[in-house]
Amino acid sequence: MKERKDRVAQMHLPAGYQMEHDPDDLWGDARVIVNIGPTHPAMHGALRMVAKLNGETIEKSYCEFGFTHRAKEKLGENRTFHNFIVYTDRLNYCSALINNVTYVRAVEKLMGVEVPDRCIWIRMICCELARITDHLICVGINAVDLGAFSFFLYGFHQREEAYTLIEKLCGARLTTSYPRVGGLMADAPEGFEKELKAWVLKTREVIDEMDELLTNNKIWLKRTVGISVFDKEKCLQYSYTGPNARAAGIDIDLRRDQPCMFYKDVEFDVPISQNGDVYDRYMIRIAEMRQSLNILSQCADRIKKGSIWTEDKRVRIPDKDIVHNTMEGMIYHFKFFMTGFDVPEGEAYTQFEAANGELGFYIVSKGSPRAHRMRIRGPSVWHYQGLTPMVEGEKIADMVAGLGSINVIAGELDR
Amino acid sequence: MDVRQPIATNGGDWLTKFGELWKKQLTQINESFGSSVQEVRMPPEYPTDVPIIYVQKESIIDVLKFLKEQPGFEYGFLADITATDEEIDPRFEVVYNLFSHQHKCRIRLKVRVSEGEEVPTATSIWLGANWAEREVFDMYGVKFKGHPDLRRILMDSRWVGHPLRKDYPLRGYQLFTDSEPVDPTLLE
Repeated sequence: MKERKDRVAQMHLPAGYQMEHDPDDLWGDARVIVNIGPTHPAMHGALRMVAKLNGETIEKSYCEFGFTHRAKEKLGENRTFHNFIVYTDRLNYCSALINNVTYVRAVEKLMGVEVPDRCIWIRMICCELARITDHLICVGINAVDLGAFSFFLYGFHQREEAYTLIEKLCGARLTTSYPRVGGLMADAPEGFEKELKAWVLKTREVIDEMDELLTNNKIWLKRTVGISVFDKEKCLQYSYTGPNARAAGIDIDLRRDQPCMFYKDVEFDVPISQNGDVYDRYMIRIAEMRQSLNILSQCADRIKKGSIWTEDKRVRIPDKDIVHNTMEGMIYHFKFFMTGFDVPEGEAYTQFEAANGELGFYIVSKGSPRAHRMRIRGPSVWHYQGLTPMVEGEKIADMVAGLGSINVIAGELDR
Repeated sequence: MDVRQPIATNGGDWLTKFGELWKKQLTQINESFGSSVQEVRMPPEYPTDVPIIYVQKESIIDVLKFLKEQPGFEYGFLADITATDEEIDPRFEVVYNLFSHQHKCRIRLKVRVSEGEEVPTATSIWLGANWAEREVFDMYGVKFKGHPDLRRILMDSRWVGHPLRKDYPLRGYQLFTDSEPVDPTLLE
């Protein structure tokens, strides 16, 4: 800096000329305030970030959200427990099945309903399929943001194939509403396990291919290694969970540590990394998809024929032939869908390792068919809160990488 | 049927796993904060999945810090801060859901607070408590003493009322056609 100042001093400048600014500080005291979002191609959903820039470096920023707030928690207090299933799809819409399953498990936990084995295996298949689709879209979109488009298309094709499988289960691709309290909407079709296994084999190849395409790519490494670092201490301060926390060395996976369903009966590893940058989050997600594929093939092997509905009469939706052919069945059907079932008084926090982190439903019931309090703890809120300290002092282009890598989903963020 | 039975059986897995640990922890909390602990609700006597400790609002920060740092507790992970509207006096309950990475168990703290009263902020313990407390303020109007930036978070800053209160109507729409401008004071 001194050298440049000396050189400027040696120049033959017009009389009266004064150098006001430090030549290395391009903008002097001037800072540019940039508003990114709520509708901006670089933001994932309706998020808003306002950044104060010095050149290209973010000096200070703040985040806003709530643009797609749909009052889910208020609706949870005004809809019956059965009616609320369909709202849970719209939380994290990249992995709607995980939300559905976690929600119905939360209500079952309050009621003490046990579901049969086949139902649990199908729910596990649902969760892992949803986890893979979520991770595929996350790493894919993260790469698109940084200019690697073909990588995204490899994953996207396989994601569509996964949605075809989900469609075979429940008839819907994105907003599934598949599980019911005490069971499932429909049984898996004949030969589903075989199709699942074929999909697992194909996806394994595709993930290997994606891995080869991007993991050692020089441009990708330059754009991601050491970018948007969020270390272990910060992760604990900001309650980071899921792949983002594991990328920073927090060895926690609720599937292993607070096992539910049959997760303690299947074998899988929990990938951990230490650096907590964009690259590590990407690597964790790639590794986790492989583990999910392992779980899926184990599920496909172990699933057996049987009932998908609980014997508990309180939540059992009557079969259609009973509804159409008997008077009692018809009355019961109407009572079930118009008034709903009573959930006994009590409160419970049900957590599950969703694709992004800890998804929790804290339900307080006062003994009526509607919840007294329906709290949804979405991981995205806590992840998005950490974005401001994460990108401080970084280039504005790296903010896009950081935001993509923590996988903030607006539906879950705004609720 | 006894309505209290279901949770006890369903949470039985946790109860057998952590029952002893919880009991030990609760006696230790009672020893250290005897006068501040208003009430303890334990499964299976009360229909809940984890123990609920009602703490006086003045000492909630000390209890949270104790739970976070004391060996044998290590509830270092703040899972959630939320509130409920009970429609009696004291009207609100602020709920802290904690998780221990070491022991893999959970615990729940509650603070009863009347309308207009303030709860001390937990942002000195977890920076991440910031937005959760803002959301409680936005949805219920419970204020947090010492909070660095207590603004509305999900609703617009011009919103009137607190939507998750039980007396707020389900369809209490308020329409704003323009977006909020950039606030330069937040960037200083």
